[in-house]
Amino acid sequence: MSLFFEQCLNGLQFGLLLFLLAAGLTLVFGIMDLVNLAHGSLYMVGAYFAATFAAWTGSFVLGAVLALVATLLVGMAVEVIAMRRLYGRDHLDHVLGTFGLILFFNELVRLIWGPEGMSLPLPSWLNTSVQIMPGFSYSAYRLAIIVVTLSVAAFLYVLVMRTRVGMLIRAGASNREMVGALGINIKLLYTLVFGLGAALAGLAGLMQAPILTVQIGMGENILILAFVVTVIGGIGSIRGAFLAAILVGVIDTLGRAYLPDLMRLLLSPNAAATAAPALSSMLIYLLMAVVLVLRPEGLFPAARR
Amino acid sequence: MSGALSIRNIVVALLLAALLLLPLYVKAGGNLFLLTLFNRIVILALAAVSLNLILGYGGMMSFGHAVYLGIGGYAVGILAHEGIYTGFVQWPVALAASALFGLVIGALSLRTRGVYFIMITLAFAQMAYYIAAGLARYGGDDGLTIYKRSQFFPPLNLSDKVQFYYVCLALLFASIYLVHRLVNSRFGLVIQGTRSNDTRMRAIGFPTYRYKLVCFVIAGTLCGLAGALLANNTDFVSPAVMYWTRSGDLIIMVVLGGMGSVTGPLIGAVALLVLEEALSGITEYWQIILGPLLLLVVLFARGGIDGLLQQIGPLPKVARTKKVGA
Repeated sequence: MSLFFEQCLNGLQFGLLLFLLAAGLTLVFGIMDLVNLAHGSLYMVGAYFAATFAAWTGSFVLGAVLALVATLLVGMAVEVIAMRRLYGRDHLDHVLGTFGLILFFNELVRLIWGPEGMSLPLPSWLNTSVQIMPGFSYSAYRLAIIVVTLSVAAFLYVLVMRTRVGMLIRAGASNREMVGALGINIKLLYTLVFGLGAALAGLAGLMQAPILTVQIGMGENILILAFVVTVIGGIGSIRGAFLAAILVGVIDTLGRAYLPDLMRLLLSPNAAATAAPALSSMLIYLLMAVVLVLRPEGLFPAARR
Repeated sequence: MSGALSIRNIVVALLLAALLLLPLYVKAGGNLFLLTLFNRIVILALAAVSLNLILGYGGMMSFGHAVYLGIGGYAVGILAHEGIYTGFVQWPVALAASALFGLVIGALSLRTRGVYFIMITLAFAQMAYYIAAGLARYGGDDGLTIYKRSQFFPPLNLSDKVQFYYVCLALLFASIYLVHRLVNSRFGLVIQGTRSNDTRMRAIGFPTYRYKLVCFVIAGTLCGLAGALLANNTDFVSPAVMYWTRSGDLIIMVVLGGMGSVTGPLIGAVALLVLEEALSGITEYWQIILGPLLLLVVLFARGGIDGLLQQIGPLPKVARTKKVGA
């Protein structure tokens, strides 16, 4: 039972991490109508920055904060140099242009940091386990991820729904020209939103870094998952992304953990051993297909227009 | 495709002639590597031509087209693994499997539009990727080596590099002709109509969903053929051929070449793969050049290479023929 509870927490943690990526994607899509495949590259860049800065400063937290700022700046630079020119183009242009950016970033990282991956060691105070309930303890680091991502989600909610900047962001999403005509610097606003999305992706990358190794292409698999999350949640909806991310995280984790056993009950052990890994990695794509067939706009479509 | 002697038509004709004559040049003492490279280009051009049918003419932005390369490839690979080498079984199975897959995912995906369509085709392709990676009997992640190429009647021997090249080239030309006929037929005009304005086409009374689905299946089947060829070419098939970046490569070929014409994807495939080859000769980090180059093409050369060539227009002193559309 405690194993099941631990897997649920793992799923929640993974889902919240996906939310950080999906939130950036869905913000950028909802507001700038931009499909950004290079979002996974910012995730990777965040992880590389964190590993480098942590090694320089000798402090995990300081490294993480520096990496966050650096990713924010990289994101804003990317927006000013490239993305800005893609607004208002059709989605094919976005896909192609940002695909080019992925190639560029992967190669740039290889040039700077070399082809071997890096690792980001955890400080000892995070590398322990915490007793949550009597007889059940859980990794302190994963718990920290859950806490950080939940606070980021709360921060995003307050930022978008309760502040003046958030009001402008929402206004910019529904009518760009009108906001501009009212004297708001919409270009700067877009740059900030893109930078925010980049920083969220970087945060996800640097938090995932100690669990997995930091390597080239690390952003690509998780990018597809983040897309699945945004599509299930309804593109442009942060609330949808939050719920869908947790759904996807939990289903994916529990599927990988329990599907092999479950299938052994129904199939021969041999057949189960071959079918289970494939089926568990397909599970969320199946979920997405079902959602899109039943509700082509996603589960929680953003109320727009 | 007017018969004007424009720069663009001359370039296309020269390209086709060069592809036809390449084996002769290689036999006369040229570099054998050229034949290997161009065989790959011809096969991927076939895949790009098929993608262009739905992407360029139908406006259906599939981001999972490489999946058919895998399906066609695995049809050949699995049958060969089970001891069935005859191409008369392998190839029809490859085509039928691709058509069936296209029918199922097309029927589901075409219910959505826009970004959702991009994402759902991507998701289905990833699903197929994971299925293939889970096929432990057929190599799983590591892929499947094909020890014998597809067998046809005696004089035809696909293991012969030159013969195989000409088979691929003939199929490429045939599919370009097929797409040309298709897009200029009533069916093709309906498809192009749905790209411009789906609602209006439905209002006139065309069941556009069915038209698009048929188009989607045809494109998938053609790409499945390319997959069967690709597996024969490399004597190997692995899940990697349908990874999502490969679908991205196919989109690049189509857009780089130009979506407005049936030969555009061929130009794009040649341009992209030759460029890759050339850049990787200059620097190990060639993608750092290719990436921004793609972005520049998107930003400044919407019509791709084909569009640029058309802008140059007809040769001087040749009477301008009236433009009859692309």
